[in-house]
Amino acid sequence: MNVLQSLPFFTTEIILIATGFVVLLLDLFVGNKKALGYLTLAGVIASAFFVHVPQAPQPLFFGYFLVDAYSVFFKLAALGILAITILMALAYKGISAKQEGEMYALIAFLGMGLILMGSASNLLMIFLSIEFVSLTSYILAGFQKQNPSSNEAALKYLLFGSVASGVMLYGMSLIFGLTGTMDLQGIRDAVFASGLGQLLSLALVLMLVGFAFKISAAPFHMWAPDVYTGAPTPVTAFLTVGPKALGFAILLRVLMTSFAPFIYYWSVILAVLSALTMTVGNVIAVSQTNIKRLLAYSSIAQAGYILMGVVAASQIGLSGVLIYLVAYALTNLGAFIVVILAANQFGTEDIESYAGLAKRAPFLALALTVFFISLAGIPPLAGYIGKFYVFAGVIQGHFYGLAVIAALNSAVAAFYYFKVVKQMYFTEPKDSIPMAKPLPLMTALVITFAGVLILGVFPVPLIELARVSLSF
Amino acid sequence: MILSAAVFLPIAGMIAILLTPKTQVKLIRQIAIGVSAVVFLLSAIATLQFDSGNTGMQLVEKVAWIPQMNVFYHLGVDGISIPMVFLTGLLGLLACVASYNIEVRVKEYFALYLLLLTGMMGTFVALDLFLFYVFWEIVLVPMYFLIGIWGGPRKEYAAIKFFLYTLAGSIFMLLGILALYFKSEPHTFDMVQLAANHAYSLGFQKIIFLALFFGFAIKVPIWPFHTWLPDAHVEAPTPISVILAGILLKMGTYGFLRISYPLVPDGARWFGIYMAILALIGIVYGGFVALAQTDFKKMVAYSSVSHMGFVILGLSVFTYSGFDGAVLQMFNHGTITAGLFLLVGVLYDRTHTRDMNSFGGLGARVPVYAAILTVFSLASLGLPGFSGFVSEFLCLLGSFTVYKVITIVSCIGIILGASYLLYMMQRVLLGPLNPKWKELPEINGRELFTLIPLMVIILLIGIFPQGMLNLFGPTTHALVDAMGGIAR
Repeated sequence: MNVLQSLPFFTTEIILIATGFVVLLLDLFVGNKKALGYLTLAGVIASAFFVHVPQAPQPLFFGYFLVDAYSVFFKLAALGILAITILMALAYKGISAKQEGEMYALIAFLGMGLILMGSASNLLMIFLSIEFVSLTSYILAGFQKQNPSSNEAALKYLLFGSVASGVMLYGMSLIFGLTGTMDLQGIRDAVFASGLGQLLSLALVLMLVGFAFKISAAPFHMWAPDVYTGAPTPVTAFLTVGPKALGFAILLRVLMTSFAPFIYYWSVILAVLSALTMTVGNVIAVSQTNIKRLLAYSSIAQAGYILMGVVAASQIGLSGVLIYLVAYALTNLGAFIVVILAANQFGTEDIESYAGLAKRAPFLALALTVFFISLAGIPPLAGYIGKFYVFAGVIQGHFYGLAVIAALNSAVAAFYYFKVVKQMYFTEPKDSIPMAKPLPLMTALVITFAGVLILGVFPVPLIELARVSLSF
Repeated sequence: MILSAAVFLPIAGMIAILLTPKTQVKLIRQIAIGVSAVVFLLSAIATLQFDSGNTGMQLVEKVAWIPQMNVFYHLGVDGISIPMVFLTGLLGLLACVASYNIEVRVKEYFALYLLLLTGMMGTFVALDLFLFYVFWEIVLVPMYFLIGIWGGPRKEYAAIKFFLYTLAGSIFMLLGILALYFKSEPHTFDMVQLAANHAYSLGFQKIIFLALFFGFAIKVPIWPFHTWLPDAHVEAPTPISVILAGILLKMGTYGFLRISYPLVPDGARWFGIYMAILALIGIVYGGFVALAQTDFKKMVAYSSVSHMGFVILGLSVFTYSGFDGAVLQMFNHGTITAGLFLLVGVLYDRTHTRDMNSFGGLGARVPVYAAILTVFSLASLGLPGFSGFVSEFLCLLGSFTVYKVITIVSCIGIILGASYLLYMMQRVLLGPLNPKWKELPEINGRELFTLIPLMVIILLIGIFPQGMLNLFGPTTHALVDAMGGIAR
């Protein structure tokens, strides 16, 4: 489709860009920065109504994008993540008023980038959208200009990210050179005809490095703990779910569209990555004393579990990836909401500051416990459904070794999640000043809490959605 | 509907409690006791409605839950589960009454307690492996909190140890369940269907049995997976020890009977001899360690390892009497050990010590307590006339036809049982009265209320075991036949 024909399918993206620019402009005149936040939220919600569900896959802009059920799934997921992130940012105290407006604009732009990642169907557009999201993320990670660890986070993220992008781009250029096309369908036809030669498999590996960086899979995870700890908490929350989910979206789309016949080759690589990622994340998480760092390592480990679904690459495994991503996004965002509430109150992110939270704020403690139980994959919560599906995927695909490693990992993970739970329930609070509960955060908390519970008990709609979204 | 009501009524009670202000302590207790009383009534009605001649599933409820994975909300009872359902209802009520003197964080306590009740009841009536796993895991979380918040000095260690141990085991169980699912054609989690056609190779059955074994063996616990048990039992508050010993341990042996044996019978039979050896070690080891204890509660805890060993011994031989003995021993151990834990609690509430050497001569000071303790101890050590004798005798009778040497050596466990229980009675009840306890108050009405029903059941089964055996006999015999066991 040409540009004019494509535009009607592009409404969501256009609304997001427009929102970003309007907020940026209004930032110059409007004193009440919270209003800008709500405006951005309104823009995000409005754009969700314009997400177009096509009857058949529609290639846009001369085939650079593909609007199909799969991209719709990730569009909606990305918009949901954005909305909750904005609610978190609205109540976060770590950003100065001077910068707050800019932050909302950047979040809107970031949202647009994420959505592009979900529908990009051409190596060039994949690279551009990843870079767009990365650059915006670097800025947001370093948004607390006065805070050295925030600066460190941004710089580290930039350096690691650039190297990963470079490697990925090199891989993509090799693929282009060998196949003569950058279109995913075209690559599939070319690769299918020529077979996976040595050079092409090398190119694939190089490209996987870039994707592995985005989803923070070991051994390309080194940036994640420092960035997640240093960045402002709403940004951290966003980074642990947004780019990760869309990174998986691209990973799956590229592998399943272009390299599906060579599953024997990449599934082994990814199986190793998966085992390594979950083990590294979980083992290091055990010794953490800072809640953000703990969640950082936990989110690395979670990427390892999600990779299990990609490894299986079956109907169940791939549905598992989508289900797990939704469950994980809800759960992790929810956990970070409690972290922000607690940090606003205590001024610290030490796990020890959670002592006696169950007495000071019973609902917060209950919610965080439920989120941790969900992350640990214990039924009947959303996280369990995801974990069940990826486990089912690897068992069906006979990856028994990976399944056993993941099983052992789950026990390790439960240990550190419950380290926090123990603080909240078994220890006495230091003081009994009532907690401040700003409305935006409580709204987001109730949404995520209810989502985790409801999807755990009635997962059928989500499973069905994942099933129809797998359009390759 | 009666099973669903028994499973989900506690959840409704939990929500009601969560909505009650935490200062309304009395109301919260009343809700909890009311709900568990109704659950007990429901379990009793289910038992009465149960037709023991029918070896199939009864009171079945089946609704699609996750059609994409062929998961059903499928409940039902047969002869193996109905005694467990009744036991859960009974101990659920008694332990709830025994929780009346919980004074701190009452609201949280009873909310978690009712959630626990849902998980336990659900585990015993679920007929879909997915659903079973969900209930099985639901039990873990409230138990963690109940030990960790209201427990003794080392409660945090005991709670997390219990939690991680059981979680690790159950994840392997999940892997086994998934492997079974994908092996079945069409893919199903339905235990009844899976049991009906299980033409798997022996190698596959062995792997599945082993995966499930980790989940169940840790729960029973079978030696050498028992190390969480003494910690959890000793640190847990009295009512929770009652639930742990009375119901949770049975979930493990029930898992063997409900899942491992019908679904992978050849694998199970292949492992029979190893089960018997582990059972023997458990019986003897548990007995010796119990003998060495000075802590009253720890002694009862280790006696559980020994007594559950008899269940495993009965299960390891695939004979009529072995299985009858095992199921009966599950029920009897539930009632007897629950009583012993309640009695330890009675003493601990008054003296704040469990050191058996610090007591002495209590028989003269608190005669009613002493009499009841004597009854439960004699029942536990297997004196004829009490229920424990019948079931242990049946377990040994069953195993003797298959493993003569193991059975003979296992009898040491009975002698050890008599030793540690009589030695306990000597130190606690006999001898000169320790002057510290000369004001010790007698057992009160509420405590009697929790103990007398158990005593009645122990005596009834001891004198007339046939009534109980008729309840589940046809089902266990059908299972032995289906597994190709020995019809004796």
